[in-house]
Amino acid sequence: MADLSSDFVGIKSPNPFWLASAPPTDKEYNVRRAFDAGWGGVVWKTLGQDPHVVNVNGPRYGAIWGADRRLLGLNNIELITDRPLEVNLREIKAVKRDYPDRAMVVSLMVPCEEQAWKEILPLVEATGADGIELNFGCPHGMSERGMGAAVGQVPEYIEMVARWCKQTTRMPVIVKLTPNITDIRYPARAAKAGGADAVSLINTINSITSVNLDTMSPEPSIDGKGSHGGFCGPAVKPIALNMVAEIARDAETAGMPISGIGGVTTWRDAAEFLALGCGNVQVCTAAMTYGFKVVQEMISGLSEWMDQKGYVSVAEVSGRAVPNVTDWQYLNLNYVAKARIDQAACIKCGRCYAACEDTSHQAIAMSPTRVFTVKDDECVGCNLCVNVCPVEDCITLEPLSAGTLDERTGEAVKPGYANWTSHPNNPASTTAAE
Amino acid sequence: MAHSPTTPGIAAGRLAKDAYRGNFADLYAPLGPHEAIVAADRCYFCHDAPCITACPTEIDIPLFIRQIQTGTADAAARTIFDQNILGGMCARVCPTETLCEGACVREAAEGKPVQIGQLQRFATDSLMAADTHPFVRATPTGRQIAVVGAGPAGLACAHRLALRGHDVVVFDARKKPGGLNEYGIATYKAAGNFAQREVAWLLSIGGITLRTGVRLGRELSLAELQDDFDAVFLGVGLAGVNGLQIEGDDYDNVHDAVDFIARLRQATDKSKLPVGRHVLVIGGGMTAVDAAVQSKLLGAEHVTMVYRRGRDRMGASDYEQTHATSTGVRIITGASPVRILARDGKVDAVEFAYTEEDRSGMRLGDETFCIPADQVFKAIGQRLDDAPAGLTLDGAKIGVSAGGRTSLPGVWAGGDCVSGGEDLTVTAVAQGRDAAEDIHAALMGLNALAAE
Ligand SMILES: Cc1cc2nc3c(=O)[nH]c(=O)nc-3n(C[C@H](O)[C@H](O)[C@H](O)COP(=O)(O)OP(=O)(O)OC[C@H]3O[C@@H](n4cnc5c(N)ncnc54)[C@H](O)[C@@H]3O)c2cc1C
Ligand SMILES: Cc1cc2nc3c(=O)[nH]c(=O)nc-3n(C[C@H](O)[C@H](O)[C@H](O)COP(=O)(O)O)c2cc1C
Ligand code: SF4
Repeated sequence: MADLSSDFVGIKSPNPFWLASAPPTDKEYNVRRAFDAGWGGVVWKTLGQDPHVVNVNGPRYGAIWGADRRLLGLNNIELITDRPLEVNLREIKAVKRDYPDRAMVVSLMVPCEEQAWKEILPLVEATGADGIELNFGCPHGMSERGMGAAVGQVPEYIEMVARWCKQTTRMPVIVKLTPNITDIRYPARAAKAGGADAVSLINTINSITSVNLDTMSPEPSIDGKGSHGGFCGPAVKPIALNMVAEIARDAETAGMPISGIGGVTTWRDAAEFLALGCGNVQVCTAAMTYGFKVVQEMISGLSEWMDQKGYVSVAEVSGRAVPNVTDWQYLNLNYVAKARIDQAACIKCGRCYAACEDTSHQAIAMSPTRVFTVKDDECVGCNLCVNVCPVEDCITLEPLSAGTLDERTGEAVKPGYANWTSHPNNPASTTAAE
Repeated sequence: MAHSPTTPGIAAGRLAKDAYRGNFADLYAPLGPHEAIVAADRCYFCHDAPCITACPTEIDIPLFIRQIQTGTADAAARTIFDQNILGGMCARVCPTETLCEGACVREAAEGKPVQIGQLQRFATDSLMAADTHPFVRATPTGRQIAVVGAGPAGLACAHRLALRGHDVVVFDARKKPGGLNEYGIATYKAAGNFAQREVAWLLSIGGITLRTGVRLGRELSLAELQDDFDAVFLGVGLAGVNGLQIEGDDYDNVHDAVDFIARLRQATDKSKLPVGRHVLVIGGGMTAVDAAVQSKLLGAEHVTMVYRRGRDRMGASDYEQTHATSTGVRIITGASPVRILARDGKVDAVEFAYTEEDRSGMRLGDETFCIPADQVFKAIGQRLDDAPAGLTLDGAKIGVSAGGRTSLPGVWAGGDCVSGGEDLTVTAVAQGRDAAEDIHAALMGLNALAAE
């Protein structure tokens, strides 16, 4: 059986599944039950200075749904903890004492002043917590007060605060990044420069999930007005995966531990984050949608998959896919693939035809008896038909081996690798280094 | 004295009073809004969708389902009514398993088609509940058209003509409009007086005058209609029924299934309707199934349907057959009645011979058997009776060319009374609608223009 135990910057947990800092980790009552359900660790709901903040008293969440109201994306306008600091600290201490094998990380957000950070850190340390996470990501409310994403969007501040923390505490420091920025590598590099032990990402994405077309108010609507919130859940996973990969393959930050967050809903999502360089993952929306029990599927699924693949530890999975993330310019232009339709699996819906005919390369023929076939002389191998086909594996893209005729170009498929950098159509082409 | 299913002979009130309400209510509960969205989400929005081709009225099914899915059920209903103004009834009575749902790619893929019929009902119910009519008539043309028969064919024709700006008078021999929607369709398919509600809603487009209790061939002649109107449409259905032509056909308690069903449909209190303890239905079509199932629902102890050919040749679909057997009806195939036996002038049993079938045809075998019966329903087909003189027939029905033109100038026909197409509500609607368009084109000289 695969060993799921995790050591993230020295913080140990029986599995790599942590609950992200959010309502699930808001109080002792929840966290105890989360640990009982099997979660490997938690990042406690972000603490701030007293007097504690006040939340809106109307709806805090908006959402988008798929079929049968499957929740695909969640938006929130909640702030950091709205309970007194002392209460949170007391509860953190009690839970850590009773669950010594679980990771207890405390998320923090105080004003961007050295004094403020230096005051809160010893209080957290005294709880016996394993580490801290600096919340530089919350995109709403707190950012209007110069905290959260307002800090995360200025690399210099990130570096500065990370440094203050490293100087003040023995606890590992994780910097939680905001995705509301054009290039995620800058804040990650700043965190590293400030001495942070790790980054975690993503926090939520600025969003308006919907507009009420009767009242013309964005949702969630507070007395007829709405403000942007933070988007999370399954819909944000692709964005989070890319940001994680950017950091994992950046020369300056490569090797820095990453805690992956954003849309982790199943074991498979978690495995993908790990493969792109994460040491563990954090989960919020999946728990908020299905309750703490979802972790049991994540654990059994990851474990089964690792056994099938022969991976014995989480560390072995971590970063496996990173070498395969590259820039467009290095993609092999000699690789030629064509769509193939498995006629036995085809249910004749014609979606591939409509998609290719109307919006792609007119490369699918439709017979009067609804038999769909690919015209190799037109197919550019774009994959659209594969993506719109409702039957999994009915249409596949099959590579042509070197030497076979590509009927579209009339040329034989060239062997070997050749990319855009050396392509004759590229005005800036460079001859490949000899 | 209270009766029960085992009360001998023919008796009313075999069941507890409230059993009847349940038995004759909607066969399937309509979809709720959430169920509808979930069901709609299963549609793949196929290109050139096979379900559209399979629908005789060619409703744009993927479009209306997508409209439901995006929360615009009224727009969905518009899409349906554009093609089929009786989309509400069709949603309830169409044998979808052999039409749209039979062609659904998910039927091929998983044996579970998108619930097109139920979704159609969801959309049409939603718009009809708003009690406004979604169509506005074109500028009046001053033309007057007579429609004979207020069944699905006549109603669809009248509505389309009114829409195009013509004035229409609809004549029907019966007291109530609707044709077999009102007098034939199984009660549990059109529960809640739906047939009359639908006709009222359809007529609210305006421009259609309904005259019931007027029979062509009695109060009216075709010649008169041709003189008084710019065009005539005949949607008279099949008023005649086929007889068994065996000994005992005229005994007491031997009835035409369609008459029994009509009585049943009109009975407001089903507990007052007498039914036999041993009911025998002869035939294998939809009418036979409906007579058998509804006899069972009235409390008959034993109901047997006997059809002369094999199951695969039955007019009733697999689905209808299963519905019959699951209600407790016994289906016997490969046997044909040879004699009705009576006691005191009343039917007592029916003697059947096994049939033998090969390439040369069907013959009766020597071996016979008897089934006890105190009530017999004949459901071996309807036919056209008393077609107005001068009309060329195609077989036993009125012959028509494209657009429903008969051999008489100015006379169109459609529905069960014409040859071609299955005898289904939806086919009648399609033919009525298409005839209306053809009449419109003829009257407005559109054909001539197009030819130029
Ligand atoms: C028992 C039974 C169950 C059925 N169940 C289904 C089902 O579940 N699904 C389905 O799709 N189809 C079903 N059908 C078939 C369907 O009802 C018919 O195909 C459809 O009603 C045909 O429509 P129509 O307008 O041509 O004729 P009809 O509905 O028969 O209407 C003809 C109208 O013309 C009137 N008429 C007749 N002669 C004259 C005259 N001389 N003068 C004036 N008026 C006249 C009649 O009174 C009647 O109102 C069933 C039929 C029967 C008998
Ligand atoms: C209601 C809500 C409150 C949140 N509060 C915090 C918070 O206090 N501190 C923080 O760092 N992140 C907060 N987050 C962000 C989550 O920790 C997490 O980064 C984000 O939801 C993405 O993960 P997910 O897709 O698994 O939900 C919050 C998210 C939600 C939905
Ligand atoms: S891969 Fe793209 S171009 Fe080729 S058949 Fe499919 S949709 Fe058309």
